[in-house]
Amino acid sequence: MTIQMLSIIGAVVAVAVGSISPALAEGRAVVAAMEGIARQPESADSLSRTLFVGLAMIETMAIYCLLVALMLLFANPFAR
Amino acid sequence: MIHSPLESAILFHIGIVPISRTVVTTWGLMAVLTLASWTVTRNFRVDAGGWQAMIESVVVGIEEQIAALLNRDAAPFLPLLGTLFIFLAAANLCGIVPGVKAPTASVETPAALAAIVFLSVHFYGLRIQGLGGYLKGYLKPNPIMLPFNILSELTRTFSLAMRLFGNIMSGDLMGAIVLAIAGLLVPIPFMAFGILVGLVQAYIFSILATVFIGGGIGAIKK
Repeated sequence: MTIQMLSIIGAVVAVAVGSISPALAEGRAVVAAMEGIARQPESADSLSRTLFVGLAMIETMAIYCLLVALMLLFANPFAR
Repeated sequence: MIHSPLESAILFHIGIVPISRTVVTTWGLMAVLTLASWTVTRNFRVDAGGWQAMIESVVVGIEEQIAALLNRDAAPFLPLLGTLFIFLAAANLCGIVPGVKAPTASVETPAALAAIVFLSVHFYGLRIQGLGGYLKGYLKPNPIMLPFNILSELTRTFSLAMRLFGNIMSGDLMGAIVLAIAGLLVPIPFMAFGILVGLVQAYIFSILATVFIGGGIGAIKK
């Protein structure tokens, strides 16, 4: 198995596995915010602002996986 | 083989300094935004017309968001954060224009903006709290947390840059891949999604910058 094949497999695994838990976590966060807004519609403003910030934080994990995949594909230090 | 999204194309050199496509796009955006702001704000009246009402609602909207987050007068922070939001919205959306690549889709622009946010946290913190009060903020909630507080200053700046870069760049990359697979009409939903992501990321970047500055001035508990 060459280093190129290993890099491609590594990139695929990084994105595929690394996006599972952020997806679940974002789903949970949105569910909680929806329940909060349904119970107290007047707090929708501050809830959605906090939700956006929280989602951005969770999403960072998936973005890191994407960056690792891109570095494996385009900036791999071992495949020179 | 598609072009690597981690490096940007060099257009020309000034002396020994290479000028990349990102920098030229940013200059163009700066010129357009400056010119537009100057033209629109040149003849403001008390009874607002259409354009003036739109601009005022944007500025007041940003100001209200900042004031709601920081629980204080937004005036000292409005120039930085408002400019940040408007520039980011324009920069993220200009990838829609054919032939223009969004400057935020290459890693330099988000890194520079995050560095500005990093420095302005300390600037506002020192100016509003004073040296002692600002340094005391690093010892909260417990002096044991001092290394973690310093580490979090660096990592959150890094993640701020990477979040913006990753989102915008992945949108561009998806568009390019879909275009290579199916050219006609299929990329349009992806571009529409790119508009949404661009605006949401501009909002998130500005909100996070506000939250970091709020932590620096002690208005928001870390």
